[in-house]
Amino acid sequence: MKHPEQWDWDSLRKEIPFASWQGQFKWVEEPQVSPDGESVAAIVNTGEGEFNVCINGATWETPFEKIWHLRFAPDGRLTAIVSDSGEWTLAVDGRPWENRFGYVWEPRFSADGTSIAVKFQQDMRYGMAVNDAAWATTFANMTCATLSADGRRSAAAVQVADFGEADIFAFQQGTFSAALDGKPWERRFVNVWNLAISPDGRKLAAEVRLTLYDYTIAVNGEPWGQTFNCVWEPVFDPRDGSVLAPVRQAGQWTLARDGSPAWERRFIQLWHPVFSPDGANLAAVVALSFGNWTVAVNGTPWRSTFNELVSDAVFSPDGKRVAAIGKKNGFYHIIVDDSVWPQAFDMAWAPVFSPDGRLAAARVEKKGKYTFAIDGRLWNGQAEAAWDPVFSPDGRKILFRTIENGSYLRRVLPVSEIAG
Amino acid sequence: MTESASKDKSKQLDEGLERGMAALTEAKIEKAINRVLTGETGARLKAYVETCIHCGLCSEACHYFLSHDRDPRYSPVGKVKQTLWEMLKKRGRVSPEFIKQARLISSTQCNLCKRCAMYCPFGIDVAYLMLVVRRICHLLGVTPRYIQDTAHSHSVNMNQMWVKEDEWIDTLQWQEDEARGDLPNLRIPLEKEGAEIMYSVIGPEPKFQAQLIYQAAVIMNVAGLDWTMPATPGWDNSDMAMFTGDNELMGRLKRVHFETAMRLKVKKIVMGECGHAFRSVYDVGNRWLGWRMPPIPIVHAIDFYYDLLKTGRLKVAKKFEEPVTLHDPCNVVRGGGLADKARYVVNALCENFIEMHPNREHNICCCAGGGVINAGPPYKMVRIEGNRVKAEQLFAVKAKGATVLITPCHNCHSGLEDINHHYHIGFEIKFLGDILYEVIEKPAG
Repeated sequence: MKHPEQWDWDSLRKEIPFASWQGQFKWVEEPQVSPDGESVAAIVNTGEGEFNVCINGATWETPFEKIWHLRFAPDGRLTAIVSDSGEWTLAVDGRPWENRFGYVWEPRFSADGTSIAVKFQQDMRYGMAVNDAAWATTFANMTCATLSADGRRSAAAVQVADFGEADIFAFQQGTFSAALDGKPWERRFVNVWNLAISPDGRKLAAEVRLTLYDYTIAVNGEPWGQTFNCVWEPVFDPRDGSVLAPVRQAGQWTLARDGSPAWERRFIQLWHPVFSPDGANLAAVVALSFGNWTVAVNGTPWRSTFNELVSDAVFSPDGKRVAAIGKKNGFYHIIVDDSVWPQAFDMAWAPVFSPDGRLAAARVEKKGKYTFAIDGRLWNGQAEAAWDPVFSPDGRKILFRTIENGSYLRRVLPVSEIAG
Repeated sequence: MTESASKDKSKQLDEGLERGMAALTEAKIEKAINRVLTGETGARLKAYVETCIHCGLCSEACHYFLSHDRDPRYSPVGKVKQTLWEMLKKRGRVSPEFIKQARLISSTQCNLCKRCAMYCPFGIDVAYLMLVVRRICHLLGVTPRYIQDTAHSHSVNMNQMWVKEDEWIDTLQWQEDEARGDLPNLRIPLEKEGAEIMYSVIGPEPKFQAQLIYQAAVIMNVAGLDWTMPATPGWDNSDMAMFTGDNELMGRLKRVHFETAMRLKVKKIVMGECGHAFRSVYDVGNRWLGWRMPPIPIVHAIDFYYDLLKTGRLKVAKKFEEPVTLHDPCNVVRGGGLADKARYVVNALCENFIEMHPNREHNICCCAGGGVINAGPPYKMVRIEGNRVKAEQLFAVKAKGATVLITPCHNCHSGLEDINHHYHIGFEIKFLGDILYEVIEKPAG
């Protein structure tokens, strides 16, 4: 896969027929599109009990009895979960992994796509497999799997002790732990949820429940000294490796760092903390009061509020700007730095920033038609399907990937054509 | 009213209560009660406590009271008197045995059905008061074993039946294969981002009632809908934590459910025929998290079927001929206002609909809801004997000719099966979806 610098930013329009595939196969499933926009693919049924993947009109060499969860990795490789003779594995660009399992699901990718991990079940034991290498240790149950951004470490909440059916007392003694690369912590907890791996790969943090009532964050198996009524997902500060997490006390939420309050302000809700790439800023979705949602940056909430939801807070690459989605009275809106774009949509996807952070764009949908918005201005085209826009490395062009009139279209447009 | 009615009925030991009670001290009890009364309740509790004039008009609403020959210990106000009022009066200084009795009363002798709130001249919501008692008992670790186990399942797998992640997906794919016997090109689209609908169910469907998923898939495909089901936790809309008093876990479950829908970018969540789950996603769990309403609209199956039939997306090939009656589930009719739509659906599907009385929001509860059936075998007869009046109601409508009992709720279904069997009423019990699947026009396979 080429880096975005090497993508074709000069061809204004490329077209690949898609609807015509319907005539070639019994049925064609939802299309997927490669990050660079050069490929469109779909699972196709070629007969009873026989599936294949069609990419740009050509099928993989080998069909399978079952195929599901077709996705492009960030590096452009095309992956799918496949099955033959009752065994499951991951196929990458049509080639199945050597390892076969009782079941495989939920593939996840490193940021650059070079690592691919799946959850697997074999003989009713559970583990993760990364790049076709399975964990050496498997567990009676496994949840909340994660893969580090660089793809080198994988982790999950794992059951490390057995308990009988309806044996509530054994369960409450603690039967779960967290495992990094298949190696569990020594300490057990009642529950382990939502794990985070530090950027250097040396620490693993997780939400834990010490009893049915005492929640905290554990880092490398050691719980914080403080407990809370509830906690949400931890994040690592990329600058110093400290751990931050939303915590609830006396009915209100705030952010804690290594167990101590990090934000002064309390909220009705606080979740999805996200650091800027440089670690200098932290944003989170918060509810200021009941049904009154916004984004708080470094503890200070925006003035724009939404009565239904706020989601998908994202930082610009330089860490100076934040965009999010808000929903009010049934319609979705894009907010950038507390400024709400003028349009209301039936659906909106997470905004994306240009590399220099100057512009934001988003895929949006209204009345069943998809289009794109850049800095609050709408592209005048409409599509039957669309994927997230991608800015060129210099921020002057934008890649639109759509399906229009039954054809897949790859368009490159000057940003100025839409944003002015 | 010096002795709890529960002493008469609960002969079987419940380890969850006995061991929980044994670990209590009066100091621990006082602390937990005052934590809840001062820190987790507010104007609502104060208004209810100060407004109640002890008139007892709520009694006539309660199936336990009516079924126990008007024993005042089973009246809604009697249950409050035996539990919360004592805690308030004694400022939390009550015994471990009292807490055990409070748990039995609040969790096995009240279905949180809210019928009594309609009979109260002030609209006092006794179900809320019972939930406050349950919350206290949860914090004290005194919870019936089987429903606590269900809560543990929720905590690990985010579903109530210990269904592991691969088992869920495998079940969907199995049902997809099976349903291709009906419709060769049928799909259960997994993880389809941007679909119009996310269909969510409760844990027992993949565990014991996979045919309901099959039927739903056929209905979705025949109607030509743009739908998906998640291949991750978040598919289960049910919530026993809401009924044990574990509000934090309830919030976690609802967060996963709604965030799964938000991740899939669906416009709405259509849920199967479940009552308590509707209460959890539409009223209680979402609000604990700070959402005033569901952040993604929730459509109960009754409402969904109504829309499909009203708009002609589904057509009836031949109506169901056997005479049917309808049990209105508390959470979706009294709590969700779906009485008229339920009747529209029944009349659209069935030749002969015979109303039971009382009905609509006045209907008598099934006695399984509110987590009572989930408290398990020790309380089966508490439920059945505590709902003799339901059996009488069903006998009356049977005498008018009904042979099939429709109830669009899982707990109602299970609870009414027990009553039907114990009292030898002789109904065949069906979901709306069972009949819908049977009577709609389907393309030739």
